[in-house]
Amino acid sequence: MNAHTYSIDGHRQDHLIIQSMIKPNTHVLDIGCGDGALLELLRETKNIDGRGIEISQKNVNQSVAKGLSVIQGDADKDLSNYPDNSFDYAILSLTIQATKNPRTVLEQLLRISNHAIVSFPNFGHWPIRWQILAYGRMPVTDKLPEQWYNTPNIHFCTIKDFTTLCKTIDARVEKSIAIQNSGKTLNENTPLFLKNLLGREAIFMLEKK
Amino acid sequence: MDHKQPTSSEVPPSQTVTFGDTGAGANGQTVSHDGLKLECGEILKPFTIAYETYGQLNANKSNAILICHALTGDQYAASTHPVTGKPGWWEIMIGPGKPIDTDKYFIICCNVIGGCMGSTGPASINRETGQAYGLDFPVITIGDMVKAQVYLIDHLGIETLFSVIGGSMGGMQVLEWASRYSDRVFSAIPIATAARHSSQNIAFHEVGRQAVMADPDWLGGRYYEQDKNPRKGLAVARMAAHITYLSDEALHQKFGRNLQEREHISFGFDADFQVESYLRHQGFRFVDRFDANSYLYITRAMDYFDLFSENDGLLAKAFLDTKTRFCVVSFTSDWLFPTRESRQIVHALTANAANVSFVEIETARGHDAFLLDEPEFFSAINGFLTAAAKQKGLS
Repeated sequence: MNAHTYSIDGHRQDHLIIQSMIKPNTHVLDIGCGDGALLELLRETKNIDGRGIEISQKNVNQSVAKGLSVIQGDADKDLSNYPDNSFDYAILSLTIQATKNPRTVLEQLLRISNHAIVSFPNFGHWPIRWQILAYGRMPVTDKLPEQWYNTPNIHFCTIKDFTTLCKTIDARVEKSIAIQNSGKTLNENTPLFLKNLLGREAIFMLEKK
Repeated sequence: MDHKQPTSSEVPPSQTVTFGDTGAGANGQTVSHDGLKLECGEILKPFTIAYETYGQLNANKSNAILICHALTGDQYAASTHPVTGKPGWWEIMIGPGKPIDTDKYFIICCNVIGGCMGSTGPASINRETGQAYGLDFPVITIGDMVKAQVYLIDHLGIETLFSVIGGSMGGMQVLEWASRYSDRVFSAIPIATAARHSSQNIAFHEVGRQAVMADPDWLGGRYYEQDKNPRKGLAVARMAAHITYLSDEALHQKFGRNLQEREHISFGFDADFQVESYLRHQGFRFVDRFDANSYLYITRAMDYFDLFSENDGLLAKAFLDTKTRFCVVSFTSDWLFPTRESRQIVHALTANAANVSFVEIETARGHDAFLLDEPEFFSAINGFLTAAAKQKGLS
């Protein structure tokens, strides 16, 4: 939700990282697929059989006009319709912080797919900590420009929080990637506290234990 | 209403194929056949299907699209109507370079069983009596209409339809095809439709039927022999139905409370308001091209349509493990087939992890929007079909 990273050759950086995680010729569900950019990228480069769910009807109509299989829907409500293990990957990109029940959404993702890929803005990132500490106000950054009263992002978490939730719901973390302000990713073996401090955004790949 | 009716020489008659014909006299092709076994238990034999085609069938017969028409539609989807002389009802959608592109696809549109434009219906001659069937015509269902279409597609030698597309009652046929003959449907576009006819819609249909049957010229459905026609009843039925095809906003925008060719209200029951004049015109124009008994039969077929009950209340079972690609379309101001009914179809399809797209088009034009120029709707259909054609190896 407005938390996009820079583009590389016209592609969002988090999309390119997600792309690198996905094997060719697989079934992929992109929840909150926006204008369908990630699905298009994966269709072109990985020959996936892709589906999308998107809350904005305008975005949906544009995606369908591009030949993508997208329905209007809501991560909170509509995932329960899908049968178990119907996808190889279910992607929730920069959306979980805007859902009403992130835990339920995450459990649904793990139910309907073999691998859940979740990216989110990290509220443990040092500039955000600094804003609260120094000014005593809710953080507003160029990536998260909304005020507390009008933000759609109602469930912020830190990388540490998310890792804890994964343990709680018995999800195994296959990959966890932190992206710094510079756009560079931290080494995967970086200690959790450092990822949590230096990562502006995180991308996790999870599977059921 | 004065209408210039073109003579039959101006517009060539549709192609017809008659199944199970035992006698002479059928105009088009005839095929030996056991007859159409109807859901009511009766067998319709012989039966004729009148159809139009547009574009060319390719060598491996993989580019055929079946267009299913709505309640009062017919096979003239993209060619001049022989009675009204007007363009086809979906010429805006079907043609060279249009979303349903006749340069790429072979398009078939047939008149439904029970109809009155050449396919066997209540106005057809019953071979047993030598008279029109009238109410002796068996009650037909959406399933029966589709079964007849299956025989036509067989006759044309087509194994798999690249797409089945239709709005309203046409959408019901699309769902029936996708449910019962899914292996013969590569892609499906049900538009402004529902998996079952709602109570409110049955109620509207009942008003229409009662209007027809209340007309003294209906004569218990035997008006053909008396050279009568329940024109007033059918016109009233059409007027009532026509309101349901529009929306409050569309009527307000189009007519408001404007008066019809007068400065003041007349303190009488003439068509003071433009909206009244418009509805009367719609009603009377309709009876020139439609058979009243057909109207009874086809509305009944829609009322009986219920894919839920056919699947023990679980719509998902109608599309079990379907491989068909779907594009479900609804319109925001359609109160006859509201978006929530399209959403039920979408949910049933996602429950099967089906390949489904769903677009809701923002418009004030109500149910009839599917017949009108709605650019966002067109680009969705175009995008969906183009992607499906690529998948199927057609382009």
